[in-house]
Amino acid sequence: MALPERDSPIGKPVSLFVTCIVDMIYPDTGMSVVDILERVGVSVDFPPAQTCCGQPAFNSGYRDEARTVAKHFFKAFADAEVIVTPSGSCATMLRHEYPSLFTPADGALYDEAQRIAAITWEFSEFLVDGLGIRDLDLSLPAPESFAVHDACHGLRGLGLGGASRQLLARLGKAELHDLKECEVCCGFGGLFSIKMPDVSNAMLTNKVENINASAAETIVTGDVSCLTQMNGGLSRQKSAKRVVHLADVLAKALPGERS
Amino acid sequence: MTVEIQSNDFIALADIALRNPDLQRAVASGTRGGYAKRAETMFAHSREHGEHMRQQAAQAKRRALRKLPDLLETAERNLIANGWQVEWAEDAAEANQLVLDIARRHQVQTVTKSKSMLTEELGLNHALEAADLRVIETDLGEYIIQLNNETPSHIVAPVMHKTKAEIRDIFIRELGMEPTDDAEAMVAFARKMLRQDFLNADMGISGGNFLIAETGSVGLVMNEGNGRMCTSMPRVHIALVGIEKIIETVEDYATLTQVLPSSSTGQKLTVYTNILNGPGRTDEGDGPQHSYVILVDNGRSQIYGTDYAEALTCIRCGACQNACPVYRSTGGHAYGWVYGGPIGAVLTPLFVGLENAQPLPHASSLCGSCKQVCPVDIDLPRMLLDLRWELVRDGRSKTGWDAAMKAWAIGMTSPRRFALGGVAARAGQHIMGDYLPGLLGNWTKHRDFPDFAPKPFRQLWKERAPIKREGLK
Repeated sequence: MALPERDSPIGKPVSLFVTCIVDMIYPDTGMSVVDILERVGVSVDFPPAQTCCGQPAFNSGYRDEARTVAKHFFKAFADAEVIVTPSGSCATMLRHEYPSLFTPADGALYDEAQRIAAITWEFSEFLVDGLGIRDLDLSLPAPESFAVHDACHGLRGLGLGGASRQLLARLGKAELHDLKECEVCCGFGGLFSIKMPDVSNAMLTNKVENINASAAETIVTGDVSCLTQMNGGLSRQKSAKRVVHLADVLAKALPGERS
Repeated sequence: MTVEIQSNDFIALADIALRNPDLQRAVASGTRGGYAKRAETMFAHSREHGEHMRQQAAQAKRRALRKLPDLLETAERNLIANGWQVEWAEDAAEANQLVLDIARRHQVQTVTKSKSMLTEELGLNHALEAADLRVIETDLGEYIIQLNNETPSHIVAPVMHKTKAEIRDIFIRELGMEPTDDAEAMVAFARKMLRQDFLNADMGISGGNFLIAETGSVGLVMNEGNGRMCTSMPRVHIALVGIEKIIETVEDYATLTQVLPSSSTGQKLTVYTNILNGPGRTDEGDGPQHSYVILVDNGRSQIYGTDYAEALTCIRCGACQNACPVYRSTGGHAYGWVYGGPIGAVLTPLFVGLENAQPLPHASSLCGSCKQVCPVDIDLPRMLLDLRWELVRDGRSKTGWDAAMKAWAIGMTSPRRFALGGVAARAGQHIMGDYLPGLLGNWTKHRDFPDFAPKPFRQLWKERAPIKREGLK
């Protein structure tokens, strides 16, 4: 299925869809996104009625429940002109699956699903493809080495992959290394990790081995759910390495105190 | 159905595979090798060229699928004109009976077989052996599998789950091979054993990678030459072909015989690429005297009318198996029927019934690699999602999940309930510590879980300098 065309978001205010996991577990990552967006002159708002995109229900076959949550999302983002979210998989839900959850027979809901799909951007693609920014003109306080893990939905659902590397390549004092099998799933897969924990763990263990073997100190990714899986495994398997969200890496380079 | 279905035991079978270090080593290297070679060959010219070939192949197969009823009639006509005898089988029992009838008609005692996944679906070997026929699988991988009384675990590399040392031991045990660790010596030994069978066989059985409608030909690709021996040396040849294998033109065959080996073994072309046109002509020195095509339905026409019809365009290359991180962890036997990996997770429920393969649609992290490598661009993740939906609609999902999902949806439709849920989760985490109870314990079985934040983002946002926020409005 082709992704809907999007208008240029330049000059438009951004409604941040922070995602449920960032809201509850990684609020600082949400703040990093806000700080970076404001740094490049974007005005950011946080629609307070937002909760979750409905992906956990959708991916496990509970489409009625996913529709219920999507309808709530429509209300929460009714005024949004551009939606930015720090998650490739939630962006995929909004861009790919909302249009598939509603049919023309749903009338206004169908139109709204199409509209949401056509104004949504994942954080790194918003900066690079949306605003045309490859260089944030920032430098880290101290040298640090990174490698990118391509989260599956961002890579294969949205065709991302280049954006985060382009931003990191132009970040001062950041050194970019390879990660073997960087395009292979970490084994999270939402409820897959709970329904089939041992298979998920085999995939995770493979990922942990590749991370440990990488020359990079820190692994960068664009999805906090994959990050949770990988850090959960790194921590349990006593690795010193960690996975960090791209926004947090970039925000580290911002001058002065964090707002 | 003559083949045992164990797909509802996926988790237990996967567990067995995960605990088998030989299998882990063999499958890890086999799948990754295939995956790397595929990328090398598909994108040898450029990524665009490779993608273009995929789209061309997908279009050829989808066009054939749309015209399937007409093309089957055209194919039958042209097959007969070429001297093939054409039979139709609705299910496994009918197909096996037809083969037995043909064998009796021609006083067949020994049968050589080239690789065919369809005959695995049919349980053909068991049916023939039950009728006291001697059946010899002649593809090297299938030969090993047959010696060890197993089923193939991979579509194109049936013995992918075994290490070289295990195969050596099978040859020593079953055939009395002189012990050797030299792969070439082992292959030479198998070749010698098979040679006599090729010479003695009364009948050869093959599958068909494609059935070319416009010329009435069976298209068969292989690397070992065994298929050519099976289809040309014995007096009788039967090609068992699934009705979805039909393609319209020889030109389509040219397209598909490029993407098939590129995707499966990373070859630009297989060593043997055949177009079989029936029995040997009177002026030819070789070829079978009697050539049969058995067109097998075995559930395909029922899939044809559904939203999953595109799964019938699969050309059985195994690329999705090589690319799938689940398959890479479990191998193919865990899927509990004939086809493993992403295509198996889709085809098995369609062939044997969703009730007999309930875990399979969930045996995927939906990472999308299967769709990415599929030479005919089958949207396997979409089909897995649709099958999950069917499980829920049919009430076959576990009740615990039903209740949890309903409660979750209620929580997610109000920011107040959402925030309260966060507070409760944080409190619960404090009480329960590092190992969570119930289903959530499946998370902490292998991974640590991060702490819920003392203040959620929505609160941090509220606490930001109000001037800053006002200024943005």
